[in-house]
Amino acid sequence: MKQSLALMLLVLMSFSAKAQDEEGSLLDLLGEDETINYASASFKTTRIVNSQSIENVAEGVLDFKISHRFGMLNAGAYNLFGLDQATIRLGLDYGITDNLMVGFGRSTLQKALDGFVKYRLLRQSSGGRNMPVTLTLHSSIAVNMLTWADPERENYFSSRLTYTYQALIGRKMSNSTSLMLMPTMVHRNLVLTSAESNDVWALGFGGRQKLTNRLAVTGEYYYVFPGQLANVYQNSLSIGIDIETGGHVFQLHFTNSTAMIDKGFITETTGQWGKGDIHFGFNVSRVFTLKDRNKPPKE
Amino acid sequence: MKSIITLALISLSFNAIGQDTYFTRNGAITFFSTTPVEDIKAENFSVNAVLDAKSGGLEFSLLMKSFNFKKALMQEHFNENYMESDKFPKCTFKGKIADINSVNFTKDGTYPVKVAGDMTMHGVTKPVSTDGTLTVKAGKVMASSIFLVKPEDYNIAIPSVVRDKIASELEVTVKADLEPLKK
Repeated sequence: MKQSLALMLLVLMSFSAKAQDEEGSLLDLLGEDETINYASASFKTTRIVNSQSIENVAEGVLDFKISHRFGMLNAGAYNLFGLDQATIRLGLDYGITDNLMVGFGRSTLQKALDGFVKYRLLRQSSGGRNMPVTLTLHSSIAVNMLTWADPERENYFSSRLTYTYQALIGRKMSNSTSLMLMPTMVHRNLVLTSAESNDVWALGFGGRQKLTNRLAVTGEYYYVFPGQLANVYQNSLSIGIDIETGGHVFQLHFTNSTAMIDKGFITETTGQWGKGDIHFGFNVSRVFTLKDRNKPPKE
Repeated sequence: MKSIITLALISLSFNAIGQDTYFTRNGAITFFSTTPVEDIKAENFSVNAVLDAKSGGLEFSLLMKSFNFKKALMQEHFNENYMESDKFPKCTFKGKIADINSVNFTKDGTYPVKVAGDMTMHGVTKPVSTDGTLTVKAGKVMASSIFLVKPEDYNIAIPSVVRDKIASELEVTVKADLEPLKK
């Protein structure tokens, strides 16, 4: 009697153990895998407004950018508050790898040609590898193509060149908020007066706040350390919204900078927000995928 | 004495349950959307799957961010706007093969099976049932199935602008080469 009771008990116990097994997940048998979770889409595009963001275009993607700034709002009703004037930059960006992109553009302002290289060194991630920030290195060169102001004097081509070097440090704080710090150095081969520095140091701040999945508010500010530029030059401040519709991203914004290239908005901004020297502008980005990303698994 | 043998036998048979488990960490799940405007295909080659050959229990799990699209921007939109992958990183299926007894895991061959269970995606759990096949070959099991999924069933909102580009029903293809799980 005792024996059979014990047997029954044991059978019951093993049954309950089995039942428990079925309640639990079979996948538990595999254990947890340590996948690296990369932060993605910190910004909608590779630019905040004028400045580069921490985003890169993906490998094999060609991004056609049309950037447009109207005149200043304080131009008055006669000029339809600046809408009668326009400066434009047309640009093409291309992703060589997911971490390396290059770009090229031409602006109507100064008939400038510009090119840049942008490399993502560190990528924010959690899970299998913890990395608190994304760090991207960015370097651009701009060529002023205007005819020489004084053709009589001896002019060098190198005098047309300006270089910009930036470290773009950014973190996606939450699903909707991203912040950036951008230590920057602009080297100008030729400056107007000896009082101005050839090397201009600045610190940029940028951010993005998503309102909905397809709409976000953006902002950027470049603080130029004092004593490097003539008094007429102002710090660049831009505020905008990003609207995304399928393959396009529309960026609408207000900025006191006329130029859309690094050295221009960082060191050559003359507009003052307080006086209404504000440009309304937009960037339109259209991407073309030149390379099929559907790839078979690595063996 | 007899009862001790019975006991031993019973406990043995229960232990054996764990031995008949097949698994993979790199199963393939692809989905395909076709409309007159655009064909969209996404592939995920790192699907976890476990099959219990005794009970017929079958489970899948995958990370939404592991889906590869032809277009990088599409992949970003998929994760950011549609699946909200930061909030709902995984898709899981937990179900059972009803006619598991018709499958002889010791004999090579192709066995049609019926699978039913719950799929959880984008925070929504829905029952799914479909036909599939198990192909037994040299001690390994290849599981495959094709079924349809409606995004709206899983509260995935598709804005009117892209309505024409995304099919209302997506074709999901599952292919998993399962190997015996060694304890």
